[in-house]
Amino acid sequence: MAQTLVNVPKKARRGDVIEIKTLMSHIMETGYRRTAAGDIVPRDIITSFTCRFNGEEIFRADLFPAIAANPYLAFFTVATESGKFDFEWIGDKGFLETASAQITVE
Amino acid sequence: MKIAPAIALASALTALPAFANEIPPDQRRSGYDFMAADTKAIQDDDTSNPGMLWVLDGEALWKAKSGNAAKSCADCHGEARETMKGVAARYPAFDKSLGRPVNLEQRINLERTERQGAPALAYESRELLALTAFIANQSRRMPIAAGDDPALRPFVEKGRELFLLRQGQLNLACANCHDDNWDKHLAGSAITQGQPTGYPEYRLEWQTLGSLERRLRSCMTGVRAQAYDYGAPELVAIELYLMSRARGMPVETPAVRP
Repeated sequence: MAQTLVNVPKKARRGDVIEIKTLMSHIMETGYRRTAAGDIVPRDIITSFTCRFNGEEIFRADLFPAIAANPYLAFFTVATESGKFDFEWIGDKGFLETASAQITVE
Repeated sequence: MKIAPAIALASALTALPAFANEIPPDQRRSGYDFMAADTKAIQDDDTSNPGMLWVLDGEALWKAKSGNAAKSCADCHGEARETMKGVAARYPAFDKSLGRPVNLEQRINLERTERQGAPALAYESRELLALTAFIANQSRRMPIAAGDDPALRPFVEKGRELFLLRQGQLNLACANCHDDNWDKHLAGSAITQGQPTGYPEYRLEWQTLGSLERRLRSCMTGVRAQAYDYGAPELVAIELYLMSRARGMPVETPAVRP
């Protein structure tokens, strides 16, 4: 049950600085913890986040074990034209989640 | 010498219906009030509040068919936004057939086992927390109204007694911190009043959502007492007392706490 929350303004004026906020559910298991029996709990984290606008990459982040569970990533961009944001989270154990959001620029 | 009159006083107080010595209504404060601006901001925005991830999961589970009856919650209860509005604000509630109060998690599991023919969900499992958070979220901003049922009276009083009972190797009662010293700090952290306004809540320390019972159990471990089992009548009584003590305060589920 992976859930994603993405917050992109529906409308903006050309040239506006807009904030994009994303939240992805993930345990972000560090790989450094041990069970009561002493076995290492295998690492299970998101390793990469990418945001593309109309196909072009505009933001990327690499994630590491020190990042808390359910990573929240917010960043700013300039509204240039109407279009679609595509978000992609990639991680250990074949983790792959995507989301998208539309914006109308006037 | 000092303790004996205190116990006598405490037992005298529990006999009173109004519970003297409680925090006066105008001085009650949600844990939210004690938080730094940054932590408040996480809770306030539904796209940064990680508890909303469980609420979304809960919405999916609400509509999913489950058990031998192949029924979903929605098949009987319809649109949760209407039918579940205010429900969590009244929990724990008295169950006539059991003759005792049940909390929201127990109510969900009773519905599952008795009406859906589905296995009960484990305490603190993602599914149970998600359903509880989704249902409680429908009461957000509504005033807490638990404990009004006259049948609950003895259980509220039992909860109050347990709240005043010194326990564990540190020999502390809940009241020693949360009634008497809530305006002070323990190490760097605010003690707070223990008002259960936002459960299940996302604790940054836990990095996950957790129930009020989990919170109570970790407090008990903190005073080096043997924590009651999940679902134990004592825990439900404390939950009930705390919810009735917070009567009128708005529900915040899913709250974020440090």
